[in-house]
Amino acid sequence: MTQMAISPPAAASEDPRDRGGPAQPMLIVDGIRKYFPIRAGVLNRTVAEVKAVDDISFYVVKGETLGIVGESGCGKSTLARLLMHLIDRDDGHLILDGDLVGEETGVPLDGLRRALQMVFQDSYSSLNPRLPIEQSIAYGPKVQGASSKVAKAQARALMEKVGLKANLFAQRYPHELSGGQKQRVNIARALALDPRLLILDEAVSALDKSVEAQVLNLLEDLKRQLNLTYIFISHDLHVVRYISDRVLVMYLGQVVEIGPVDKIYEDPQHPYTQALLACRLSMDPEERVEAAPLAGDPPNPVNPPSGCRFHTRCPFMEDVCMSKAPSLGDVLRSSAQDHLAACHMVHPGSGHSRAPLAVRA
Amino acid sequence: MNDMTPTNLSGSMPLAAPFVRVKDLRVRFVSREATVRAVNGVTFDLARGEVLCVIGESGSGKSVMMRSLLRLHPKKRTVIEGSMQVGEHDIGAVSDRVLSKLRGSTISMIFQEPMTALDPLYTIGDQIVETVRRHEGLGREAAWARALELLELVRVPSPERRLKAYPHELSGGLRQRAMIAVALSCRPSLLLADEPTTALDASVQIQVLVLLRKLQREMEMSMIFVTHDLGVAAQIADKVAVMYAGRIIEYGTVADVLNRPQHPYTRAMLASTVKDQERGVQLEAIAGSPPDLRALPDGCSFLPRCGYAKPECAVAMPPETVDARGHMARCYRVGVEGQRLAFSAPAIQPSVCTNASQLAAARAEMLGRQA
Ligand SMILES: Nc1ncnc2c1ncn2[C@@H]1O[C@H](COP(=O)(O)OP(=O)(O)OP(=O)(O)O)[C@@H](O)[C@H]1O
Ligand SMILES: Nc1ncnc2c1ncn2[C@@H]1O[C@H](COP(=O)(O)OP(=O)(O)OP(=O)(O)O)[C@@H](O)[C@H]1O
Ligand code: SF4
Ligand code: SF4
Ligand SMILES: [Mg+2]
Ligand SMILES: [Mg+2]
Repeated sequence: MTQMAISPPAAASEDPRDRGGPAQPMLIVDGIRKYFPIRAGVLNRTVAEVKAVDDISFYVVKGETLGIVGESGCGKSTLARLLMHLIDRDDGHLILDGDLVGEETGVPLDGLRRALQMVFQDSYSSLNPRLPIEQSIAYGPKVQGASSKVAKAQARALMEKVGLKANLFAQRYPHELSGGQKQRVNIARALALDPRLLILDEAVSALDKSVEAQVLNLLEDLKRQLNLTYIFISHDLHVVRYISDRVLVMYLGQVVEIGPVDKIYEDPQHPYTQALLACRLSMDPEERVEAAPLAGDPPNPVNPPSGCRFHTRCPFMEDVCMSKAPSLGDVLRSSAQDHLAACHMVHPGSGHSRAPLAVRA
Repeated sequence: MNDMTPTNLSGSMPLAAPFVRVKDLRVRFVSREATVRAVNGVTFDLARGEVLCVIGESGSGKSVMMRSLLRLHPKKRTVIEGSMQVGEHDIGAVSDRVLSKLRGSTISMIFQEPMTALDPLYTIGDQIVETVRRHEGLGREAAWARALELLELVRVPSPERRLKAYPHELSGGLRQRAMIAVALSCRPSLLLADEPTTALDASVQIQVLVLLRKLQREMEMSMIFVTHDLGVAAQIADKVAVMYAGRIIEYGTVADVLNRPQHPYTRAMLASTVKDQERGVQLEAIAGSPPDLRALPDGCSFLPRCGYAKPECAVAMPPETVDARGHMARCYRVGVEGQRLAFSAPAIQPSVCTNASQLAAARAEMLGRQA
């Protein structure tokens, strides 16, 4: 355990819900895959597949925040929905606190759905417009069997926790709230089932900057108070740096780089990560970007490029990149301190001219 | 560049008359229940070829102000006062017929949500051709050639194919670029862009910004660009106007406003923006929420959230204080020292108040000390 960069907070071991112990990752994702069929013709045959999530493996340490970044369409939301079991996976395993999920011997699905909760980007459409927010928050626990009185009391307590005065807001409807307030309701609703892992999919992206700061502070407070683990998906690279302990970078349905946040931001290894980070805007008008660091759009995930999927946009592309897919390495055996990148330039002896010389054992 | 005279400090002092002049613009929406005062006296000038970024939090009146310049508000329920001059046209006075001619030719707008501006039933090509033909009287073939040229201009890959595509067949970034193409199709002199990049991810946003800036320079367009992202303003603005509760509370060159902000709201907004802060340290969020536009207080509208308030702040909205460079702020604590705006606060500061009770205590202390 000494090599772990993110040692789990002391409280983690005292959590009565803990089954696997503090060293057991909260969640292990092993080789998960989702291809969406594209159907056509009168027979509705599958003519092609969108390779939205293509063999992804990683783990989330108890008590950490894992940031996930990547361009629009790279599969971040699909990955989140797979973890939540909102869609079926084609392949791969999920291990929640040491137990296999959704297979005969493991955690039943509703157990998973309790332990994992998700906050969506579109705070407007994810709240029922006809329910006062107190009832929206109480809904989940009621379905799980809590009495109406208990669920209501808990909902009011949660509203206070997310900074909404219950006697002012309990009876309001979603359209009577601002964007930031609605997002607080969504967070309260996700917390109502006492989850251990919260997946935040662009949860602050639609908020303006001053409200965004309020919600980010709230998330940090709640994490400490309630002993939570976060997966934080966002296209705002500044926010991801601020909130994450580790960062996972996705490109076209795959992980291209993963590691501790400072290593990723200060010493990105994959050319895609480097380009993505260069897209951050400086607040100094003297530092204007003259040319976009990443030209063009990502390739079509129906027919991803051969070899390294980034080769069509990579300034360092060589022959080997077209013929051979670079490997990320064994993520599940690596420590949380390790920094891994799927690029031929970092792998000794890969055949790329910039690769380090092969070291002999 | 070598003879910088003192009168030319801001670098881009317009010599000719400004192209856009907005004076004391006020917009309110009247309904049986309430009157919403969305814009409460906005005044600014914009030179030809200049880019003004309007920043401010959600609900501060940015979109309402922009839509007024095209008179896009529901006629019956909207009261607009003040004057808006674009070129030789008085936007408040021109007939509907003249106005619809101006729309899309002299003045063009890119909307917050591209899907609402593009018609889902027509291909991108048809929509550009339609606009070009209506305003420039080109024949079908010439208009189609122009449409192709426009898609090439905004760097849409395989433009021939994309001209025949429907809006839903394009990715968010391509759709936004297609909308820019439609907006530019008649070489407008004034482009109104309402958060054109907010819905895009970082890599596409930067492509669109670089493109817009280049086209704006080449076509010598004036541009008003609304955003709540300070990084975007830093990329594209010549001038920046900060809006709060329907008023411009700070205005100046992009460098003055972003690097030397004077108004407490601008300062708080900059401090709350997430940018390389240390992890684990609380962000300096602005406590409280924006004012209710149905019942604005008499004094400074930022007072309930301001850590520097003093008694006169509650009496009347502070007047404009302007320095020799044209940097303006509306705050009783901002004065001019030498040539420049300067903020003077009491020696002991409430520093940063991150929650309402902390703020209330600091304000009570401050008001007590001043009284
Ligand atoms: N139900 C579906 N059927 C077919 N294709 C889908 C479906 N859902 C997603 N996709 C496709 O899968 C890919 C990944 O989509 P996903 O929504 O996961 O991306 P994302 O990384 O979350 O993007 P964004 O940043 O825009 O939210 C995209 O190409 C998308 O078009
Ligand atoms: N047609 C209307 N009738 C009544 N109120 C309106 C109307 N249009 C806008 N408003 C109100 O005017 C205020 C200013 O709105 P506006 O859309 O200009 O904000 P904004 O600064 O553009 O915010 P955002 O960043 O969220 O786009 C808001 O309180 C809004 O609810
Ligand atoms: S493997 Fe080759 S193409 Fe892929 S990122 Fe590395 S250098 Fe670029
Ligand atoms: S005028 Fe007073 S209340 Fe308003 S911003 Fe200045 S110090 Fe704060
Ligand atoms: Mg998504
Ligand atoms: Mg707006």
